[in-house]
Amino acid sequence: MVLSAHDKANVKAVFGKVGGQAEELGAETLERMFAAYPQTKTYFPHFDLGKGSAQVKGHGKKVAAALVEAANNIDDIAGALSKLSDLHAQKLRVDPVNFKLLGQCFLVVVASRNPSLLTPEVHASLDKFLCAVGTVLTAKYR
Amino acid sequence: MVHWSAEEKQLIAGLWGKVNVEECGAEALARLLIVYPWTQRFFSDFGNLSSPTAIIGNPKVRAHGKKVLTSFGDAIKNLDNLKVTYSKLSELHCDKLHVDPENFRLLGDILIIVLAAHFSKDFTPACQATWQKLVGVVAHALAHKYH
Repeated sequence: MVLSAHDKANVKAVFGKVGGQAEELGAETLERMFAAYPQTKTYFPHFDLGKGSAQVKGHGKKVAAALVEAANNIDDIAGALSKLSDLHAQKLRVDPVNFKLLGQCFLVVVASRNPSLLTPEVHASLDKFLCAVGTVLTAKYR
Repeated sequence: MVHWSAEEKQLIAGLWGKVNVEECGAEALARLLIVYPWTQRFFSDFGNLSSPTAIIGNPKVRAHGKKVLTSFGDAIKNLDNLKVTYSKLSELHCDKLHVDPENFRLLGDILIIVLAAHFSKDFTPACQATWQKLVGVVAHALAHKYH
């Protein structure tokens, strides 16, 4: 899956619009993921996952920052997320299926907060981008 | 059999009552064909699907989207009896239409995003969780008769 020039422009436009609320988006994405896909909670036994959890907020901030970083370096996502890719392969080992679940929830958050931003074309580009990020993060798994 | 709590049933019925089936159905199917273009393989007789604009404006896409979401409404009326409700539809999708059940999951996820865009803050995490469960169960029921 290759990101076209249009895709890259669409993704940059989205993050240009929502990048300022990245922390909130990240936190809400995780909150939705834990609610809709309870099996994802198994990766966070050490977290308080209750409503308003500071740990979830903090982690959401990290996740969002990584997506922003990838969007800002969209011509070389693998390079930009190389250290994160190592981390996921060696330490975290989150099963690859879960990146799709996170991606779905991120799209829902963007859709619910900025419906006019997520036109079908932008939706397609953002979905591709999130897939690409997931692919990079699992690239060194084996 | 799938268990639905009273709260889940309320989250489903409450939202469904406000859904414009024709608009949401058309939008969901159009987005499916745009976001996952390989799904166009099932609609070679739909005419012009050459661009997002063409897809969104295509009357066959609109009509079929409405049909699909109307059928979804049947599922909602028969939450405790989904496999039976969708038995014939499942056979149809397997034997005549030859649709990979993965496509039901894709459409389900797209529908969630369309609902999120329409209902915004009202599409709470609890609401999304219930609807993700619903689309998953519907996809499962539609795949149940596959052989």
